[in-house]
Amino acid sequence: MSLRRLLSIVIKELRQLRRDRLTFAMIIGIPTMQLLLFGFAINLDVRHLDAAVLDQANTARSRELVAELGAGQVLNLRSALSSPQQLDELLREGRISVGVVIPPDFENRLERGDRAALQLVVDGSDQVVQQAARQLAAFPLVQLRGNATPAAAVEVVNFYNPERRAPVNTVPGLVGVILTMTMVMFTAMALVRERERGNLEMLIATPVSPWELTLGKVLPFIAIGLVQVSLVLALGKLIFAVPLRGSVFDIYLAALLFIIASLALGVFLSTLARTQFQAMQLAFFTFLPQILLSGFMFPYAGMPRAAQWLAEILPMTHFLRLIRGIALRGATLADLWTELAALAAFSTIMLGIAVMRVSKRLD
Amino acid sequence: MNAIEARGLTRRFANLLAVDGVDLTVAKSQVYGFLGPNGSGKSTTIRMLCGLLSPSAGQIQVLGLQVPQQAEQLKRHIGYMTQKFSLYEDLTVQENLEFLAAVHDLPRLRTRARISDLLRRYWLGDRLNQLAGTLSGGQKQRLALAGAVLHEPELLFLDEPTSAVDPQSRREFWDSLFELADAGTTILVSTHYMDEAERCHRLAILDQGRLVADGAPRELCASLPYAVWLIDCSQPRRAQQALQQQAGIVALAQIGAELRVLASSTAWDADALRQHLQGGSIEAQVRRGYPNLEDVFVAATRKPARDIAGALA
Ligand SMILES: Nc1ncnc2c1ncn2[C@@H]1O[C@H](COP(=O)(O)OP(=O)(O)OP(=O)(O)O)[C@@H](O)[C@H]1O
Ligand SMILES: [Mg+2]
Repeated sequence: MSLRRLLSIVIKELRQLRRDRLTFAMIIGIPTMQLLLFGFAINLDVRHLDAAVLDQANTARSRELVAELGAGQVLNLRSALSSPQQLDELLREGRISVGVVIPPDFENRLERGDRAALQLVVDGSDQVVQQAARQLAAFPLVQLRGNATPAAAVEVVNFYNPERRAPVNTVPGLVGVILTMTMVMFTAMALVRERERGNLEMLIATPVSPWELTLGKVLPFIAIGLVQVSLVLALGKLIFAVPLRGSVFDIYLAALLFIIASLALGVFLSTLARTQFQAMQLAFFTFLPQILLSGFMFPYAGMPRAAQWLAEILPMTHFLRLIRGIALRGATLADLWTELAALAAFSTIMLGIAVMRVSKRLD
Repeated sequence: MNAIEARGLTRRFANLLAVDGVDLTVAKSQVYGFLGPNGSGKSTTIRMLCGLLSPSAGQIQVLGLQVPQQAEQLKRHIGYMTQKFSLYEDLTVQENLEFLAAVHDLPRLRTRARISDLLRRYWLGDRLNQLAGTLSGGQKQRLALAGAVLHEPELLFLDEPTSAVDPQSRREFWDSLFELADAGTTILVSTHYMDEAERCHRLAILDQGRLVADGAPRELCASLPYAVWLIDCSQPRRAQQALQQQAGIVALAQIGAELRVLASSTAWDADALRQHLQGGSIEAQVRRGYPNLEDVFVAATRKPARDIAGALA
């Protein structure tokens, strides 16, 4: 390996990047746009579900219950109904997502406590609504019995995000999403571009080695990745007041390892693709499972066993645990060393396979 | 020792035989030409000789090294100019050359002098800071040649280096090739131009992957087993039709008002041609011509008679 050759490839890459306005803009644009999008628009807290009430009991306590439900932020009580048919109709037409049904023997049921006193009819076609309904089901009906010592309702304590603000959870995860998206795609495309434009045929007729070629093309992206991390964390702190509890150094170290893992994946994909378009498709193909299975979208604990195994292979799963641990819980790298080890193992194996596949042949 | 020796060189793509049992010997300091129709396997052969493509069969020795086994060693001593422009279009002329100098480990001190020397020699001095992608076709090719000779290789592979170059620049380009050859560089160059082929020390003609002729241009012309006749008549197109399907006629081409006939020297002579045309009531004068490289090329690469008829129909 010649340091001069390696350096000349890095410089060449930076020069090309400087002239590629679009890519340059995407390096800054993608993180900023995603941060604002996820931070402002995508609010994972469910609020203001449209609902209707069918109060068949119409007693003092049932009216109290309806008022109580209406005062909460979750349901938006739109109308009081007089027949179950009306409820069906509204649900089917999608005008409401939740129907609150209070049966005629509400008082009896409440006293005996053997059957559900309240029925929630929900639009099961929407997962988010279902989840919200499950929360509603924990509504402390016992208070309505007028007992002196109300049984303790289930209390969910949000220890690390007491105000339950979504950006606090999403922004650190977003660092992972953005790095996955840009790093894998940029490297895969940068390497394939060389082949597609015919530069590779000239380059492999020179003494350049596969390692020099690969590292030279990848090194600039490490720097770019770190810039993106800084951008997201800084904007997250400025705009959404996302706290950084752990050490910034730990965060950067974790990010560095994750960037290397993503670049290794990108290099590997570039050896499979023939055109830049194929490279982009492949990058997207690996992007989806990382977003869906890593725990960014859905909780890891709730996934089936097979999906969990798959998630363990994906670098983003480990990075999310790292960054959430460090940024939100104030954990240290020593606490999370297994995740670091997993990322290191992924990078080593992937890069090894990739460089073996970067051949200096056209066939 | 020869610069290139290849025996039984073969390359298969799926079920297409792109190069089929080619034997090649190129002596040192020669300018060796590669001729052949589109798809005849010129580029594929060059790629195998550089070690970029592994042969399906055959032995290759280049500069005393076994290829592809010792290809990495070989790459320090060769320059390769690809058929398609393969320098970076989004780098300037200077940046491209500096990059190549570093890749070839040219000593830093020598790089600057070498680059300015090349820029002068290939008339690119005033284009220093222009992006390579915005150069004209001929300028691009001169830059590519400068890039290929930057590290002073012993052996130069040039794949159709003048395909977009004007006649004057082509001459200058070839003058510079001979300068290199005089300095001891061996050059293997593919081309579609007969005037360029004529200037090579030796030539190989490929057709459908097979080596169909090789030798010095003059030898090739002299050993052509056909005679050239020039027919002067008022209706050359009718004369062409009258001779088209005749046995022993190898090729016909109208050149201005004349018809140039390549014919088997045993089957035809001037009288026979005249009489045959008279039979079709065409009055004609027939003169003897001299075979040139184009005749050699056409005779070597001609398709079976049926194909020619089909192509002309
Ligand atoms: N990578 C490849 N895969 C499949 N077929 C190929 C490949 N490379 C070349 N060929 C085929 O091999 C044959 C020889 O191609 P080659 O490029 O060597 O021709 P050439 O003599 O250089 O032609 P030209 O004068 O048009 O440049 C062609 O039929 C071509 O289609
Ligand atoms: Mg070719």
